Amino acid sequence: MTADTETPIQHRPAARQLELSRWLTLGVMLLATIYFLAPVWWLLVSSTKTSSGLFTGNGFWFGHFAFFSNVRTVFAEQGGIFSRWLLNSAVYAVGGAAVSTLLAAMAGYALAKYRFRGRELTFNLVLAAVLIPQPLLAIPLYLMFSPVHLVNTYWGVLLPSMVSPFGVYLSRIYAGASVPDELIEAGRLDGAGEFRIFSTISMRVMAPALVTVFLFQFVSIWTNYLLPVLMLANSNLQPVTVGIVGWQSQRGLGSTAVPFNIVITAAMLSAVPLVVLFLSLQRFWRSGLVAGSVK
Amino acid sequence: MTTATPEPPAAAGPRTRGARTRGPRPAPARAAEPRPGPRAAGQQRRQARTAAAFIAPFAVLFAGMYLAPIGYTVYQSLFRVHHSGLGLSAPTTVFAGLSNYGTALDDPAFRGSLLRVLLIGIVQVPVMLVLALVLALLLDARTTLFKRFFRLAFFLPYALPGVIGAIMWSYLVAPGLSPITAAAHHLGLQLNLTSNALLAPTIGNMLTWGWTGYNMLIIYSALQAIPAELSEAAKMDGCSPLRIAWHIKIPMVRPALVLTTVFSVIGTAQLYNEPAILHNVAPNLSSDYTPIFAAYDQINADNFNAAAAESVILAVLAFALSFGFLKFMQRRGEAL
Repeated sequence: MTADTETPIQHRPAARQLELSRWLTLGVMLLATIYFLAPVWWLLVSSTKTSSGLFTGNGFWFGHFAFFSNVRTVFAEQGGIFSRWLLNSAVYAVGGAAVSTLLAAMAGYALAKYRFRGRELTFNLVLAAVLIPQPLLAIPLYLMFSPVHLVNTYWGVLLPSMVSPFGVYLSRIYAGASVPDELIEAGRLDGAGEFRIFSTISMRVMAPALVTVFLFQFVSIWTNYLLPVLMLANSNLQPVTVGIVGWQSQRGLGSTAVPFNIVITAAMLSAVPLVVLFLSLQRFWRSGLVAGSVK
Repeated sequence: MTTATPEPPAAAGPRTRGARTRGPRPAPARAAEPRPGPRAAGQQRRQARTAAAFIAPFAVLFAGMYLAPIGYTVYQSLFRVHHSGLGLSAPTTVFAGLSNYGTALDDPAFRGSLLRVLLIGIVQVPVMLVLALVLALLLDARTTLFKRFFRLAFFLPYALPGVIGAIMWSYLVAPGLSPITAAAHHLGLQLNLTSNALLAPTIGNMLTWGWTGYNMLIIYSALQAIPAELSEAAKMDGCSPLRIAWHIKIPMVRPALVLTTVFSVIGTAQLYNEPAILHNVAPNLSSDYTPIFAAYDQINADNFNAAAAESVILAVLAFALSFGFLKFMQRRGEAL
């Protein structure tokens, strides 16, 4: 649209070329869209099918509509353990993300706003830790937790989830750029203590960054698989990711195995909270990713 | 990346002043400074105490959940459980030096898992990043339509938990269930995406599907930060969009490309979820397919010391590769 109005009349051949490249671009984008969305579409369609319906007919189109009975079966399977798994995931993700965000906010704020010896060293240590992915730490954590009997407890997953070096990094960058020193000085002149200044003034200014930290940590805990599958053998403590893979590993074999359509429906349901979070908080997703790339 | 950020002059002020008060008395000329020496030193001490109180809770957990497990794992890797001849008395733990490392590196299965992950990474990471770069450039192009929709569509796989994506793909490739195999069958092709030869490409596809959008968004954000005048000027000079992309945009998003490469290398090193879940529909996938898989197997066999040694080897290699790449790119950046 805009390109057309800007192109002077004498450049018509160029305009035709522009049209061609625009269609070419659109074609490539559509192909990519099919690649990325078709599997999700298959998942959605399959969650509405009966077990036998999965093996007959077109995989990408609806058959006998059994979505609601599938959902009922998901929640009734194994004495209703699916809702327990969802609840566990919520406990791990909300608890871990809330604590880690608060601790990261405090640490990042202190690193940005106070001068002390060892500040750069601390920050560099945190930065190095951002590069260590959580799954790489899962086996060491298991080795360490197993002699102190933290394996197979809520704490086995909650404690590691409470640390977010990325959160400290983001909080420091954001606090440094957005909390003015004058604001803190004004608080001090009013006689407020340092923690009071932090909790009533600075944290409010840092709120957008804290939402991002919370979101990223929430998602990384909700989607984590290796750590909980190592730590939790008791299926009553497992989060939904571990539980569903447990169902999937039965391969639909035998009369007691969970059927494929139920695993698929459960997988679809467990992703809903994240897709909702993602769609409703897009702004914060992007700001976190940008913070990751601008160094 | 981990280089210290240069401190603004205002920040450097109090520190140097505080340090100097410990030496000879300040020269009279410095009396003009807003805060005299002794007070600054006191304030600095107070600031350090407050900062310590703020950082302490995070630092304690960080030490416990990052530093301690790493230290403990290195320590564990140096010991081994010794079973006495007849197995009648309780096993004892003895110092083993580096022998666990020797055993792990001698184990063809473990070596094979390292090599396999390396090969998957060498093929998959470039394919994914080129795709991410192309999509980011197209999204960034001025004439592209429906940008918001496409951006959302490409990023959606990342919003799906990795394990759920893996379960979905496991069914999409599982013999008997796979719509892809069914379509190929209609065309008269016999296709088994979980056969030994196609396992690695199938896993590569799962990774590419899940992570391209994430990388694309990082590169796209970097593209958006390029001043518009730059490509406008090049366009005035008669530069085609393709040449603008190649000569201006790609060089300017180099840091983002380096970053996404490093993240992808580390991500590939810790490959576990996708093969573990694929294993449930493809029993031919060996149970030591990737290094983490192998270490997990050692834990299940109660062989903690071997698991520790294998974890350390994997971490060191992943670090060496990503750090080496970073340094290499930095040096090339200076040479250019």
